[in-house]
Amino acid sequence: MATPVSPVIEFRDVARVYGSGAAEVRALDGVSLTVEKGEFVAVMGPSGSGKSTAMNIMGCLDRPSSGHYLFDGVEVGGLTRDQRALLRRHYLGFIFQGYNLLARTTALQNVELPLIYKGLGRAERKAAALAALDKVGLADRAHHDPSQLSGGQQQRVAIARALATGPQVVLADEPTGNLDTRRSVEIMDLLQALNRKDGLTIVMVTHEEDMAEYASRLIWMVDGQIQSDRRITGAG
Amino acid sequence: MLWETFKLALQAILRNPMRSFLTVLGVVIGVAAVIAMVTIGKGSTAQVTADVERMGANLMILSPGQMRFGPNSGGGSERAFALADVDRIIDQVASVETAAPSGSASQVAVFGNTNYRTRVTGTDSRYLVASDWPVAAGRAFTAAEESAGKTVCILGETVRRELFGQTDPVGEKIRLGAMSCTVVGLLAPKGASSFGTDQDDVVLMPFRAYGRRIAGSMDVPMIYIAVRDGVSMERATNDITALMREVRRIGPGEEDDFSLRDMEQVASMLNSVNAVLTGLLSAVAAVSLLVGGIGIMNIMLVSVTERTREIGIRMAVGAQAGQVLLQFLVEAIVLSALGGVLGVALGLGLAAVGAQVLNVPFTPDAGTIALAFAFSALVGVVFGYFPARRAARLDPIEALRH
Repeated sequence: MATPVSPVIEFRDVARVYGSGAAEVRALDGVSLTVEKGEFVAVMGPSGSGKSTAMNIMGCLDRPSSGHYLFDGVEVGGLTRDQRALLRRHYLGFIFQGYNLLARTTALQNVELPLIYKGLGRAERKAAALAALDKVGLADRAHHDPSQLSGGQQQRVAIARALATGPQVVLADEPTGNLDTRRSVEIMDLLQALNRKDGLTIVMVTHEEDMAEYASRLIWMVDGQIQSDRRITGAG
Repeated sequence: MLWETFKLALQAILRNPMRSFLTVLGVVIGVAAVIAMVTIGKGSTAQVTADVERMGANLMILSPGQMRFGPNSGGGSERAFALADVDRIIDQVASVETAAPSGSASQVAVFGNTNYRTRVTGTDSRYLVASDWPVAAGRAFTAAEESAGKTVCILGETVRRELFGQTDPVGEKIRLGAMSCTVVGLLAPKGASSFGTDQDDVVLMPFRAYGRRIAGSMDVPMIYIAVRDGVSMERATNDITALMREVRRIGPGEEDDFSLRDMEQVASMLNSVNAVLTGLLSAVAAVSLLVGGIGIMNIMLVSVTERTREIGIRMAVGAQAGQVLLQFLVEAIVLSALGGVLGVALGLGLAAVGAQVLNVPFTPDAGTIALAFAFSALVGVVFGYFPARRAARLDPIEALRH
């Protein structure tokens, strides 16, 4: 292409401040970073280092107090709540530590949820949801409730839900935090495969070094600032 | 999208059927009460109209004194009429078909060892003509019996049943207080009146016999008048009023000391009483709908709190505030509309039973049903809005942490 591809995520001197005066907390304090399409970024740091805040801003759930956040070249700071909801709906996928599936709702219906908001018809929706479940290896569990699935399976349903809309970026907040080592490895293998085979862009917060090594890049945060940012060469 | 929202609302409601049912109970009772009240009210209005038509729209009642409501109504100082007044009205007013005296008293009627308290009415056969009430068995009074004041009587259906059961009463003698009288006829059954009284619970006897043996005077407390077909009630009223003013020597400018009512007036009076009662009861029912709405709001607020995380998930995957609002609003509307449906069914059931008991026709009205249903849905909108707005305003980050 003639023009350089803009990074999918770009922080320009982003700060996020809670409270004011003496009670002021600078959760993010002048962070600048870019994430290109196809990267698999792990964000690590002690608790309170601002990694969750950074994720919330990347996920358009929150806005920076100052500085600029550009998602695929679009300034998110100037968008309304509903406009940011549209960004999430069409371009972002979320994976949470606690899975966050709807209870008493089948795996299939959980995966269909974002597609309902995307306005897909019934048949189209079902096909897309089944394809996503197939991708995470759970096509045979489509009609199970979360309560009938193991933690690892629930997390894979959540990954399928994040993939179903074909997002630009998947944001994973401690995706293996609730899982034992074996299940964690399965989930990380899955995420890595999605990144390598399908070119899926992933930003993942974790506090487990072992899991961070599945990524292609590691950002270390301390006190709301980036302390180190390096490529992981020997990954996989 | 709206269909999805509707399905989702149904799912959420059916997920907790007992709670949903208790939540809408207020609306169910409110709607049922409105439907039952209005349906029975309309039924009894229809009954009054039917009664008037059956009794003949040409029937008038002449009674002494001015018709008044309140503490001074029915005072005893009014001048009664005389039997001669009845004949004067028939002879001198061309617009009158016929007229009959009427006076009533409560008496115990005895036959064999059975006794039954009933109403004895002194009148004459012209009363049967005026009120269009045929004799089903036996005969009416003869002119000779009427002028001589013979102790003969005609029984209403209820009295016959109570005293005689299966046996034929015609020709038998019954005792009324201290006197004995011969049953000469039996009235056709008429059923309950709009006032709810049993019209067949009556014993008719010649007015002279009634006056002499029961009332103790020949004063006529009331005169029934049938107006000729094709003559306006207004003209008949004017004619009769003029005659009675002359007979009773009421000077010009003085007020009438009698009143003349036609059945239309009686009906409209009854109907207005009916309307006031229906209105009052419906107001009470509306209050219970309001209370029902508050119940829905309460449970919807609980539901929003319980489902905070669900709301967070929906927002994270791209639900806009309006979509979350709509989801909870539709849920409240579906909930209260379901209450409305149950209420309509229950109300119609109550009205059907009530109509049976009160002996009025059961006339369900589509307009009333539609209105009550729409009102219950409106309750959902009004009382569902606040909880829905609370859901829509949640911060997704906070909600997900919940």
